[in-house]
Amino acid sequence: MNGMTQIVKKVTQLMSGLIFMYGLYIITHGHLTPGGGFAGGAIVAGGFILLILAFGSKVISLRKEETQTSITESAALLIVILLALAGLFLGVHVFFNNYLPQGQVGELISAGVIPIYNIFIGMEVAAALLTIFLALVIYKEEVAS
Amino acid sequence: METLLSILIGFMIIGALYALHAKDLLSALIAQGIVGYGLVICFLNLRAPDLAIVQIVVETITLVVMVAVVLNSSRKEVKESWNRNKILNIVTSVIIVGFLVYIFAFMIQPLQPFGDHSMRMAQYYTQMGAESTGAANLVTGVLFDFRGYDTLGEATILFTAALGVVTILRSKPKKESAS
Amino acid sequence: MTVYIMCFILFLVGLYGVLTRRNMIKIVIGFSIMEFSCFLFLAMIGYIENGLAPILKEEMENPVYVDPLPQAMVLTAIVIGLATTALLLAIAIRIYKKYGTFDIRKVNELKG
Repeated sequence: MNGMTQIVKKVTQLMSGLIFMYGLYIITHGHLTPGGGFAGGAIVAGGFILLILAFGSKVISLRKEETQTSITESAALLIVILLALAGLFLGVHVFFNNYLPQGQVGELISAGVIPIYNIFIGMEVAAALLTIFLALVIYKEEVAS
Repeated sequence: METLLSILIGFMIIGALYALHAKDLLSALIAQGIVGYGLVICFLNLRAPDLAIVQIVVETITLVVMVAVVLNSSRKEVKESWNRNKILNIVTSVIIVGFLVYIFAFMIQPLQPFGDHSMRMAQYYTQMGAESTGAANLVTGVLFDFRGYDTLGEATILFTAALGVVTILRSKPKKESAS
Repeated sequence: MTVYIMCFILFLVGLYGVLTRRNMIKIVIGFSIMEFSCFLFLAMIGYIENGLAPILKEEMENPVYVDPLPQAMVLTAIVIGLATTALLLAIAIRIYKKYGTFDIRKVNELKG
């Protein structure tokens, strides 16, 4: 898959860092401001899609990347399930129990396990959307060749 | 608020009708963008910033993927010349739509008027939610604490959909282990 | 009540597209429109006149918040909508490669 022109590449270089930082901000502040794992994960996936579209890549490295995103997605989902299962053994024995101390409402480190869920759900969403996109791109390259 | 939302939904209906009737698939996709981004403005007016953020990103990614698919194959609309069973099709559609309208008119009766939602369940969420979860964003609190099962199911569906796309689009069986 | 009816009309437009169009991309668009109208309906049910976005703030006397429960449900549904749309598109381009057209009538004819 070929990249785009020099102008697009330069603008992408300038913008992609900001996009990633915005996505990470949305994820980590999900319990304080609008956003959360779903929105931030989609933004991070959008940043990766922008990079792939602008710079292009070879099919082999795309395949490798697809394997990595697939593994990331599965691992993040597994960690979410394990975190939820941990609620069965800590504190009140309830699935999806909020067992960590909750702290002050409005601080960054607060709300117990919710920020951790946010981070891993964000990873899961970003990796899943990226896997879908990479599968489409690889299919296109294979048909073209 | 109701008038503003009605006007916005009216624009969305016009965009949807154009998207379904456009001759060129690319312009149909752009017209579908009208519906999606109109939905973002509706969410912002309905005081749902979380939904607006998610919808604007998701709509952009959907448009990118759909435009890529259309440009990679044909962008011509197929010819709509079908005469067989025309009467049967029309009768079936009218029956389905009439049934849906009847159900809608029946089910809309117990709803409160717009903007006057009676908070039975949400009373607890808005008053006690911050104390019991510690999250200032009540939507996240509901999403990951009170309704954790829904989130887990959603993550599982997303995982399954990604798996399905990868499986459908694999053109040849992977024999070489170079993944 | 008008907005609910407008929203239902939007749903019917999407259903019309799914029932009458013969192009698979148009059918996917119709499904997306039906999804959007469902999201809008759910988000409108939870709206309260002069309510605040459901994010806590300090120094407020008896604030009225919009219902957070439908918003949380719709938040998950939007991401699922993207995944299902991608799945439908994958099936569509697979059929395009096999039959060379997006016309679903051709698929019916060439089947047996």
